[in-house]
Amino acid sequence: MLLDKFKEMAAFQSELRDRKLKAFGAVTDEILSATEGVVEGRRVILAGTNNYLGLSADPRCIEAAREAASRWGTGTTGSRLANGSFAEHQALEAELAAFYGVGHAICFSTGYSATMGTCATLAGPGDVILLDADSHSSIYSGVKLSGAEVIRYRHSDTGDLAKRLRRLGDRAANTLIVAEGIYSMLGDVAPLAEIADIKREYGAMLLVDEAHSLGVLGERGRGAAEAAGVEDAVDFTVGTFSKSLGGIGGFCVSPHAELEDVRYCIRAYIFTASSTPSVVASTRRALQILRDEPQLRERLWDNARRLYSGLKALGLAVGPTPSPVVAVEFADREAAMAAWQQLFDNGVYVNLVVPPASPSTNYLLRNSMSAAHSSEQVDRIIDAYRGLIDAGLVTPDAA
Amino acid sequence: MADYQSCLAFLCELLQKYNRKRVMINENTGLVADLGLSSLEVMEVIEQIEDHYDISIPLNILPDVNTVADLAQKIRDLNP
Ligand SMILES: Cc1ncc(COP(=O)(O)O)c(C=O)c1O
Repeated sequence: MLLDKFKEMAAFQSELRDRKLKAFGAVTDEILSATEGVVEGRRVILAGTNNYLGLSADPRCIEAAREAASRWGTGTTGSRLANGSFAEHQALEAELAAFYGVGHAICFSTGYSATMGTCATLAGPGDVILLDADSHSSIYSGVKLSGAEVIRYRHSDTGDLAKRLRRLGDRAANTLIVAEGIYSMLGDVAPLAEIADIKREYGAMLLVDEAHSLGVLGERGRGAAEAAGVEDAVDFTVGTFSKSLGGIGGFCVSPHAELEDVRYCIRAYIFTASSTPSVVASTRRALQILRDEPQLRERLWDNARRLYSGLKALGLAVGPTPSPVVAVEFADREAAMAAWQQLFDNGVYVNLVVPPASPSTNYLLRNSMSAAHSSEQVDRIIDAYRGLIDAGLVTPDAA
Repeated sequence: MADYQSCLAFLCELLQKYNRKRVMINENTGLVADLGLSSLEVMEVIEQIEDHYDISIPLNILPDVNTVADLAQKIRDLNP
């Protein structure tokens, strides 16, 4: 039967219902600020968003959206290629290109379609895509659609990447390497300096998804490539407006003039309606704030370091270095689920990540910081984790 | 260049590590159907094959691989 393959998911969903575990698809009843809300009837600190700079609640962005809705209406009702290119979209593309100091930019309706669409289009039959094994779902979807030969390299393993380019011989010149700036699950940063060296040595092209690093890394907030000092080696930068910019949508920027032709070949750009003008307007305002207020980035990192060192001091299994994404790993499924529930009951809402969405067989409690968190909120999150240890759900140093 | 038989022998030995169900491993053994490999384990196996033969195995071939024989055939085809 067609629908038989969903039985396993149905069983999992029914288990969640029986346990009354609301970790997936919990309903937010009210947003009180960028870092607080009422979720499933409970007032909680939001510690599982990607609201890195807190801009989803910024009055200036809200006002920009309101004005644009009054001026342009609620939607464009069409694709960028047909009737859906408004002056707002064009202005945002120009501002993104200027922000990255490159000549060309394309905006998309979501980050997912930006990444999927560019990966699906840049490489085609006869070409090769070398992607990091822990790549985001949007990258995996895109490369599958591309028709190119798809090869994985071990996560952030530059020796493995180089080996695979060597094996390709002359075909390295037809290869697109795909990496992310900050990886979304564990918060680790890609070794872009080494990847850039390898890319140059073999004459391949490089695409970096800065979804979680825009506004987070780099002197000007341009991302991991800026922080590593290798922006000139990046051929295509993709990213999203849904995280540090607090809206929704995605982009691709490039120094290559061909991007203007690629634009007309990306199905996820051509055959979908363009972003609502209010979202484009709030994104433009948010980008301006990201650029003009580096102190937001400093506050984000202060919070990230505070949470990381707090959890580490408790003896929890966190990653090797501080990052705005701090994940606590659990080998045990039951403990992970009970821990998520206890954090929620104590007013802290984090992300529960289960395999295969997590990069290993481990379960994750994924915490993410915002510039808008107060130190007191961060301390309450740490306290809630201490409660997990007291309840015997986590053993220090061996979660 | 590795011939089909030697690829097969290598695979049968490699897969013993994943033989939780203690089945007889031969050409006709299904990687998922009989051995019950998870998607993560399939990728682990692929990486070990890649290291051993110094090849890269494209993800594109995976939909066509069900049995040990299918995989041995692909390795032979990819091995220069
Ligand atoms: C690396 C990466 N790329 C792309 C996306 C998709 O972005 P969006 O959720 O804005 O569509 C995400 C986030 O979900 C991501 O983590």
